[in-house]
Amino acid sequence: MAAKQSAHLSKNVLQMKFMQRSVLRMEKEQNEEERQKIIDDEHWALDLQEYKTKESDFLENQSYTTCEELLFGRQSYQGFNPEIEKLMKVHSEEKEAQKSEQKEKEESVGDAEMAQRYSSLMGIIAKKFTKKRQRSEEKSNQNEDDEPSRKKFMKPSE
Amino acid sequence: MAAPIGNVVIPGDSFSLMQLKTPDEHKKILLGPGLKEEDTEIKVLRPGILRYRKPGVYWVDCHHKRYVPSKGDSVVGIVNQKVGDMFRVDIGSSEQASLSYLSFEGATKRNRPDVKVGDIVYAKLLVANKDMEPEIVCIDSYGRSSGMGVVRNGGFLFHTSLNLARKLLNPQCVLLKSLGNRFQFEISVGVNGRVWVKAGNDIQTIALVNTVIASEFKDNDQIKEMCKRISKAVSRMEVD
Repeated sequence: MAAKQSAHLSKNVLQMKFMQRSVLRMEKEQNEEERQKIIDDEHWALDLQEYKTKESDFLENQSYTTCEELLFGRQSYQGFNPEIEKLMKVHSEEKEAQKSEQKEKEESVGDAEMAQRYSSLMGIIAKKFTKKRQRSEEKSNQNEDDEPSRKKFMKPSE
Repeated sequence: MAAPIGNVVIPGDSFSLMQLKTPDEHKKILLGPGLKEEDTEIKVLRPGILRYRKPGVYWVDCHHKRYVPSKGDSVVGIVNQKVGDMFRVDIGSSEQASLSYLSFEGATKRNRPDVKVGDIVYAKLLVANKDMEPEIVCIDSYGRSSGMGVVRNGGFLFHTSLNLARKLLNPQCVLLKSLGNRFQFEISVGVNGRVWVKAGNDIQTIALVNTVIASEFKDNDQIKEMCKRISKAVSRMEVD
């Protein structure tokens, strides 16, 4: 009701000293209304359980071409169409290169394995350059520090 | 129980993930035609033989005559209509594929490719969606033709089952190689079951077509034997 009444009050009346309290109250009311109007982001979020999108273990590919590794469909034999024959050559070379690359990947030594091997090798070579006395000192130090652990032959990991 | 690789599967069959051989921890399994992931299971959609290929590719091999477009397939199509900037191309699917005149090698807005209604095109499927019209292109992603485009200068086009078309393109199949040892010819096989053949003369072309059609249910040894017989017969006819 107050809001409705105050709508009729003129600006001049509201500026008078005795009206100050009601002006403040009106402003407060207006602010509250505006705040309700401003819709925050939470308003749009549904209050549901978080939708879990599990990453699928499968790739669905509906093409036979990739499944069966089909060859390129245009082929020419005994020089009937040299252009196509050139293409065929390129295709077969590509395939061979892919195959050899894959083979190399399988057979070659991985980075991590390489690093591990090198680090163990460093220890062995470093030992070679230490003098006998240093070695014996080291040994005695070790014996003092902890219980004597016998070095075993480390099986090289494949 | 492991998945019945090499055995007949029927629509509605399902396997769990445990039954499949996984290639690696991080790699995904590829599901080919006829298989679909549903919840935690894999459902079979088509009747046929379950096939497996390393590393972790599964699909169902079944007899088809109707081509269902799938992305990346190479097809042989017939240009049926010219609609503005597009060609309608019959590739044997339920709907005609569209082919833009700009998707040819060297084509620009001013320099239109020479394609007429009735031409045969060898093209690749760019868009294959079950709810949309398929779209084919005659260039690869680098803008080169790489063997695609209009197939010209006569020849003979015939339709086969999709299985035969796939068999011809299978690396294990000896048919095209052993024919290639005996004849001088050119062939374009689309996985949509359309095959275009051209040889030096009509007798050879007819012989090749018949050989291809007859090879559908033959194994490699039988195919070699047949090729030998055909080449003998053809050379006798050409002499007469």
